[in-house]
Amino acid sequence: MTATEIIATLDAECGSKIKDKKTDAIDPFIVVEPANLVAVCTTLRDHPKLRFESLNCISGVDYLEPDPKKVAKAGFEPHVEVVYHLCSISLRHRFVVKVLLPRWKDDKPGELPEVPSLVEIWPAADWHEREVFDLTGVMFGGHPGLYRILLADDWVGHPLRKDYEFPLEYHGIRGR
Amino acid sequence: MGMLEGRFDENFFVTTIEQGIAWARESSMWPMTFGLACCAIEMMAVGGPRYDLDRFGAGAFRATPRQADLMVVAGTVNMKMASRVRRLYNQMPDPKFVIAMGACTCGGGPYYKYGYNVVKGVDLVVPVDVYIPGCPPRPEALMEGIMRIQDKVRGMRYLTKGQAIDLPIPARTGYIQLPPELDDADPVKALEKQIAWAKMNKEKATPTKA
Ligand code: SF4
Repeated sequence: MTATEIIATLDAECGSKIKDKKTDAIDPFIVVEPANLVAVCTTLRDHPKLRFESLNCISGVDYLEPDPKKVAKAGFEPHVEVVYHLCSISLRHRFVVKVLLPRWKDDKPGELPEVPSLVEIWPAADWHEREVFDLTGVMFGGHPGLYRILLADDWVGHPLRKDYEFPLEYHGIRGR
Repeated sequence: MGMLEGRFDENFFVTTIEQGIAWARESSMWPMTFGLACCAIEMMAVGGPRYDLDRFGAGAFRATPRQADLMVVAGTVNMKMASRVRRLYNQMPDPKFVIAMGACTCGGGPYYKYGYNVVKGVDLVVPVDVYIPGCPPRPEALMEGIMRIQDKVRGMRYLTKGQAIDLPIPARTGYIQLPPELDDADPVKALEKQIAWAKMNKEKATPTKA
């Protein structure tokens, strides 16, 4: 199925839950509100014409221009995106779902934004979500064990945030 | 005993216990299997038949620090690993030696500026005896490093406590032996010859215009 057909099928099923869509990108995608993510993803997995049984990858992207001189030209508002790459092995098609989040929950620095976890739908999401949490700083509500996967447990901050400050020292080891 | 052969009468030679111990130690430098990243591939190559570390008695890679004399830190050490490196070092029996192999372990290497989780040099964690630069270093460079460790062992004085320790004199210089047509007794002339040879090679390599 082509991306246009996938989006048309989704529209018929749960059109009200799709916030935005883009079909002319290299990887066509839809944008979903965090509250509707689980419903849309369940449709994507279970609908007989879609059957996305495999979650390839979850990425966290931080959109922020740290240089104040370039902010005007950046072309985006500061936000965090979580990108889900899906593919269907039986029907041989692929698709992308994006969730747009504020950089901090309620604009309070330090409060991580939250999306519902997809572990219940695709078990593969488990470690991917832990990685996104670890490096980009996104909370996954309902995740069975959301602790850091790559960095040490007592690490402070989320290094792939654009405004991350490198630690000066970590347990007595000089950091920079 | 190749190095003693022909120097003494049959069945008889004189040495000091100290030299004997040093000789035995330097000829059985057992490294610990400790590859952390890409540099480990070069370390394995050194252990393999082509470079054959066993020639220097250092080919018996041990899987436990308790049987090892030498820790070749081959690869990127990150902050999470640092405490483990330290712990493994503490578990090794004395005398113990550490080689920092590769740019990463010498000082952060490619991750120096933007590596948020990389230790900027393993010498911040354990004392290092020999640094081998390169990303990754050639197998020959690692062998040279191991020979430097051997030189260090040879220069150590275990029994004469309180006496000044001789600086280890490198038994191998690490210089390349040149073929006779490029070598000369006069170093300036030798250099000229080498430069001429390099130039000739460069000209040979430039593609001719069609
Ligand atoms: S020095 Fe280079 S080859 Fe060695 S571990 Fe670091 S990045 Fe890899």
